[in-house]
Amino acid sequence: MMVIPDGALLQVEHLKKYFPIKAGLLKKTVGYIKAVDDVSFFVKEGETLGLVGESGCGKSTTGYSILRLEKATAGQVYFNGQEILSLNKKSMREMRKEIQIIFQDPYASLNPRMTVEEIVGEVLDAHRLVKKKEERRERVVELLNSVGLDKRYLQRFPHEFSGGQRQRIGIARALAVNPKMIIADEPVSALDVSVQAQVINLLRELQRKFGLTYIIIAHDLSVVKHISDRVAVMYLGKIVEMSDKRGLYARSLHPYTKALLSAIPIPDPTYKKERIILQGDVPSPANPPVGCRFYPRCQKANKICREVEPDLLEYEDQHYVACHLVS
Amino acid sequence: MTGIRLSIYCIEIIKSKDNAKRPKRAKFSITFLTLDLKWVKLLTKEIRLEVKNLRTYFFTDEGISKAVDGVDFQVFSGETLGIVGESGCGKSVTSLSIMRLISSPPGRIMEGEINFNGVDLTKLETKELNKVRGKEIAMIFQEPMTSLNPLFTIGEQITENILKHENVGKKKAVERAIEMLKKVGIPLPEQRINEYPHQLSGGMRQRAMIAMALSCHPQLLIADEPTTALDVTIQAQILELINELKKKSDMSVIMITHNLGVIAEMANRVAVMYAGEVVEYAAVNDLFQNPLHPYTWGLMNAIPRLNREVEMLYTISGVVPSATDFPAGCRFHPRCQFADQRCQLEHPILGEIGKGHMIRCWKKSCS
Repeated sequence: MMVIPDGALLQVEHLKKYFPIKAGLLKKTVGYIKAVDDVSFFVKEGETLGLVGESGCGKSTTGYSILRLEKATAGQVYFNGQEILSLNKKSMREMRKEIQIIFQDPYASLNPRMTVEEIVGEVLDAHRLVKKKEERRERVVELLNSVGLDKRYLQRFPHEFSGGQRQRIGIARALAVNPKMIIADEPVSALDVSVQAQVINLLRELQRKFGLTYIIIAHDLSVVKHISDRVAVMYLGKIVEMSDKRGLYARSLHPYTKALLSAIPIPDPTYKKERIILQGDVPSPANPPVGCRFYPRCQKANKICREVEPDLLEYEDQHYVACHLVS
Repeated sequence: MTGIRLSIYCIEIIKSKDNAKRPKRAKFSITFLTLDLKWVKLLTKEIRLEVKNLRTYFFTDEGISKAVDGVDFQVFSGETLGIVGESGCGKSVTSLSIMRLISSPPGRIMEGEINFNGVDLTKLETKELNKVRGKEIAMIFQEPMTSLNPLFTIGEQITENILKHENVGKKKAVERAIEMLKKVGIPLPEQRINEYPHQLSGGMRQRAMIAMALSCHPQLLIADEPTTALDVTIQAQILELINELKKKSDMSVIMITHNLGVIAEMANRVAVMYAGEVVEYAAVNDLFQNPLHPYTWGLMNAIPRLNREVEMLYTISGVVPSATDFPAGCRFHPRCQFADQRCQLEHPILGEIGKGHMIRCWKKSCS
């Protein structure tokens, strides 16, 4: 059982999200894609949790389920002690003032027919945070300033901006309601290297300034290492390892984490390291392997791995791992 | 020629030793000979591709987009040249120009030479060009889903290339396609060959693309962001595969990517591109240990690294300029912290600063 420390702002317990697979003329449900399958974790106030994994591991679905952008199949999510998943529509709307999201693709997540003022102002209107038009404009300018844009941009449309600037607009929109927590789904993966650094630094600055708590969902382990305090590694809908950053990167325990870390190309031609090349692909989440989900690709797998699913257990202080071979 | 003569001489020595019935010694000489041949290969490295002053422009409603504006580089036999840069720097247009895949209009190769084994590709007619493309020069693209035809099986697409370029029958071509699929590590190639692209995973599709590209044993492989759409563990598989296949042949590779990690692992020499130009050109170790152009230096410090921890990342201020409207003088000067008046007015040339290390910068150093 996971020990939830004091000061946990968000607590996710046994979260599951299954997508039905429908087939045939009558669209009968023939199976489920288990995108998120029994995931539990917590986020402390003011910290950054990095959620990493390869495509299809369920990291984004986890984020969406917390915000109820996807309806979770089972599980509980507590924010400040309040259960979110069972809230009614009105209370959920209030709750969304506390938790906001930034999306991956700054090209697709802004309405091309709206000006920047309308995009950011819409949030203020929806939550009735401003009364007059002047007040709205003032607040939008303030928000744009905090993300490094100025009021010249108020009347411009998204297509007039570069990718990095668009991501800044997305961040300004998320900040509009003064949230406590921001879930960022691949916030920099669509951006160029030089712009990526600007956005990463901005996220960090804002965290200090507003005391934000982040969940950063990303596939780039170098970015996650830079930005996170703690990291959870997901594989096929499960968390396989979770620890503070130092423990995870310096002393990774799960064979998947080890392989993932060793697979990252290091920008230093003199840096030699042992590379673990994983064989094969990630299995389909519609039909995950019995036992440990990683065993078909694991070099050390033995009989128990094929039969019994490992639990996420605490190996050291706050270092959790789901592997039979570690203990 | 001297190399060949040298090896013949070596064989002669071994023969004489064989006659003297000294098998141990002979064995030793054979290993020595293979080593020697490797040396000969290294010493007789020839220029396989030479791009000279390439300019590819696009004529659009917004104006003339100078996507590639005066690019020079060479690729030697058996080496990997990395081209690195951010989106819009012209790295992909460079590779498409080499393959003559620029659609015209709006694009046009305005100037320059692309000498492949001494033949200028820009001057070839389509018919002659088609003999080179897919056979001597092959290309793999970033998104295997959009570059494979969804209506044909993997096998049909690979055999098409073989049948077109080689004088073999259908049966032989299929055999060769299976062999290629096996070579790139696709399990059960006999079955996979009859599958359509959508039935394969992303990594498998990229392998199939590589199999297709290598089916006619090209001398030059252009890989345009071959792993960008893939997960890191799959990326590691594909990069290893390309390196392995390269080791077995004398193939040259142009590796185009925005990922400095991939460059560090794959390339022998690197060209850094910015705003349609090469701004730094050096051997890979030189470049990473001693980046001299402020842009290269900035890029290297802007990426978070696993083996280094910093509080805040270095940022290059501003954005990449539009290809229709490059700044006067040095194209990087509005974003450069070292820029002075000369940088604003005069356009720098790509000049040699150390042995085989060239930069396009007036300041000659970013330190």
